[in-house]
Amino acid sequence: MSWPSIDEIAASVQSGQTSAEGNVKQALQEVEKHKDFAAIISVPMERALKRAEEIDGRIKQGERVGRLAGVPFIAKDNFLTFGGRTTAASNMLKEFEAPYQATAIEKLELEGAICVAKANLDAWAHGSSTENSDFFTTKNPHDKTRVPGGSSGGSAAAVALDIVPFALGTDTGGSVRLPASFCGVVGYKPTYGLISRSGIVAMASSTDVVGPLTRNIADAALVMDVMSGKDAMDSTTIEKDSNGYEIRNPKSEIRKAKIGVIKEYMGEGLEPGVRTVIDQAIKKLEKAGANISEVSLPSLSLALAVYYIVCPAEVSSNLARYDGQRYGHTARETKNLEDSYFLSRQQGFGTEAKRRIMIGTHVLSSGYYDAYYKKAQKVRTKIINEFAKAFQLYDFLLGPTAPTVAFKIGAKTGNPLQMYLSDILLVAANVSGNPAISIPAGQSQGLPVGLQIIAPQRADKQLLEIAKAFEELN
Amino acid sequence: MRVSEYTPTIGIETHVQLKTKTKLFAAVDNDARQAPPNTLISHICVGMPGALPVLNEAAIELCARAAVALGTEPQKFSYFERKHYFYPDLPKGYQITQYETPIIAGGHLHIEVNGTKKCVRIERANLEEDAGKNTHPAGADYSLVDFNRAGTPLLEIVSMPDIHSAAEAKAYARELWLAMKYAGVTDGDLYHGHVRFDVNVSVSENPDRLGIRSEIKNLNSFRSVEAAVDYEIKRQTELQKKGQPVVQETRGWDEAKQKSLAQRSKEEAQDYRYMPEPDIPPIELDDDYIKKTKTKMPSLPNDLRMKFEKLDLPQGLIESLLDNPQVSSFMSRIMANKYISIKDARRIANWLAIDVQSLVNLGKISWDTAKLSEKALTMVSHMLDDNKINSTTAKNIVFEIVVVGGDPNEIARIRDWLQVSDEAEIEKIVAEVIAENPKPAQDVKNGELKAIGFLVGQVMAKSKGQANPEIAKKLIKKQLGL
Repeated sequence: MSWPSIDEIAASVQSGQTSAEGNVKQALQEVEKHKDFAAIISVPMERALKRAEEIDGRIKQGERVGRLAGVPFIAKDNFLTFGGRTTAASNMLKEFEAPYQATAIEKLELEGAICVAKANLDAWAHGSSTENSDFFTTKNPHDKTRVPGGSSGGSAAAVALDIVPFALGTDTGGSVRLPASFCGVVGYKPTYGLISRSGIVAMASSTDVVGPLTRNIADAALVMDVMSGKDAMDSTTIEKDSNGYEIRNPKSEIRKAKIGVIKEYMGEGLEPGVRTVIDQAIKKLEKAGANISEVSLPSLSLALAVYYIVCPAEVSSNLARYDGQRYGHTARETKNLEDSYFLSRQQGFGTEAKRRIMIGTHVLSSGYYDAYYKKAQKVRTKIINEFAKAFQLYDFLLGPTAPTVAFKIGAKTGNPLQMYLSDILLVAANVSGNPAISIPAGQSQGLPVGLQIIAPQRADKQLLEIAKAFEELN
Repeated sequence: MRVSEYTPTIGIETHVQLKTKTKLFAAVDNDARQAPPNTLISHICVGMPGALPVLNEAAIELCARAAVALGTEPQKFSYFERKHYFYPDLPKGYQITQYETPIIAGGHLHIEVNGTKKCVRIERANLEEDAGKNTHPAGADYSLVDFNRAGTPLLEIVSMPDIHSAAEAKAYARELWLAMKYAGVTDGDLYHGHVRFDVNVSVSENPDRLGIRSEIKNLNSFRSVEAAVDYEIKRQTELQKKGQPVVQETRGWDEAKQKSLAQRSKEEAQDYRYMPEPDIPPIELDDDYIKKTKTKMPSLPNDLRMKFEKLDLPQGLIESLLDNPQVSSFMSRIMANKYISIKDARRIANWLAIDVQSLVNLGKISWDTAKLSEKALTMVSHMLDDNKINSTTAKNIVFEIVVVGGDPNEIARIRDWLQVSDEAEIEKIVAEVIAENPKPAQDVKNGELKAIGFLVGQVMAKSKGQANPEIAKKLIKKQLGL
């Protein structure tokens, strides 16, 4: 059975036609049914059922529960949640139980949503395929021999498999949009700061963003509306749009829109099948009245280089707290403090985390800081300015989400650089903080292809509206 | 005198604990003095996954005040950075501090040593978080960490190397402590380490070139600052005289032995990999904010010193008044009161700085609970002028006022402390005393005036201390026909 839209699920629970308990049980059955895709790390069953019971009880008392009454969802396992473990798919946090919940989770729960499972990811969100998970690799719902994309691969696969109507991911360098594209679902990365990062295992603080994975734009907009806004626990958060993000009347938007197709995103390395889908999407938008032309943003070619300096630098810093002394994995039978540090981290971190810690440590060390980190920050400013300049002429920028469809499991694991290149069209929006979305646009070789739309800073409302309009055209 | 050819140069880094209610980045009680270990902590203080620092605005205000107290303004733009190293008391693997852009970048402090005034420049001051506290139980094969102090706001104030003697170092330390206390930046509880000093000392034969320095960390009294600097100057001078090298190193101060001991040398210096803190937006202060800070500033030690000059008291006594902001602000109210004469004010200053302070030093009372009443203390002074009481009684009344309060006349009356100045009454006692002591009376008559003291004493004893001794003396002379 497939889930109705989120507002329909909530309305049905609120009216008593269906129950929160029924929804949780259905989601848990779906988790069980799709076990072989390995999308899920753990299921906080007891707490989910207890919350469902409580919500159903409140409804019986005649209370209004909220906009997400009894709606089940899955959180990427780097969101701190009650009722079970939060692992970040790492051996370091394999046994970790969170003493508090992420603000995003709290906000969803306040509206009646219920977390039914924690999804697989590349450990610490380092990766593009979930193959860096310290536990197991998630399989693509469209082809089990292929990756779901990453790092929010478990979340995207869970939505594509219809286990739940929505899932949460984090997008530090494309980690919501890439798996959305590979799994054929909507993946939305809001403007940096619109959703609190409090209670999310930090990867790269200056680009980490929470984003929903859904089957359609209206669901993404609703969930976004619930989660967004200033949070006292995260000083980098910003106020949400005063009109909220829920979509009411999207149709007229396309006619007025000025859209730039990013030249650098349509160049070499783009699979012909992907190009065809994107070209068709552009034609549909044009036909609907959009004013489309090509635009060049030459600095975007540097975004990946910038990202792979800034991100590991912040990663090396953010992972310093995992030292085996207070929580997380602790090496046994160590000789002294230094030995305990070395062994705890050696055993608790996987290869990719170690690689990023080393790169980050290197670029921040004295003598290299100016040449790498400082220079990268300068180029980052250049990229931000280039986006801002382009958005003086265009309402939106557009391109493919990824240059290819989902690749084969194991195809890139031997070559980290090849793996990093999966995010080549994605990281610019993280480096700049702009909102971006991946929408299913068609198929190539029987596999989903995502269209990426990027909007000016804080133009999340407009972005969701044009995405909705495109969704209706498609 | 070869020693005098070596010029010592000293720079001091001072960690001042800010008196905010909550920690620098977490809404958790900042006063860990009485708390059992790890009771004042949150997920932020222990560096849980996903925990983000949230800046306590009150700390910024205190830094702005510190800047004004140091004769400058806070920087309009500054940001935090992460300083990375691994240590069990450092929960995140980095300390949040400031590096490229301190919140204070300049300033100065005036000090005075043996009547010579001098200006010590301030290089910078960083706002940062304190670490936790490691303890190593004797005989145990483990260590314990208390995170109560983790995240307490500190202002690290770095002086320029403008100090050239142990006495100057001590004067700077005290003056900085006073300035920060008066500006309301810190509670300044030295015993609990609210203000801690790290001194950098070097000695050079060539006054234009600095010698190799050693650093003595974590001194928490002015006396130990002075002793440590003094010791270090002598130690380094001795080494240089013998032609031996001074090693750049961190040394610890052994308070019991009054010696510095080598701890670690700078060869093991770490690379802290400073990085701008991405979780906290930069601190931006505008002109309006700085202006408001200035208008809200309380009186600073130097303002009060100038005010107290009118009292014409010894410098040491004025400094003693300044040691306690409660006392000095009371004295400044006394001086602002046009109904109180300078003479009365001077007397009150003496009572407070010497007599009441001695009770405070003995731990019998605390300035925090002392009852300081302008009216009552002035009345005591007037009673003394009117010969209603003698000076010893005056002090006793002052003690009673300060400890429990009350009306001085009432206190004197109830305790039967009022002086008898009624000449008729004293005359009777004098007559009795002369009759009972014919020999000393005769001596006085014969010109041995020393013996008059004995007779006055007898009058005092007979009157139970209430006779006015001056009047008694006058009447003795009169009755003996002198």
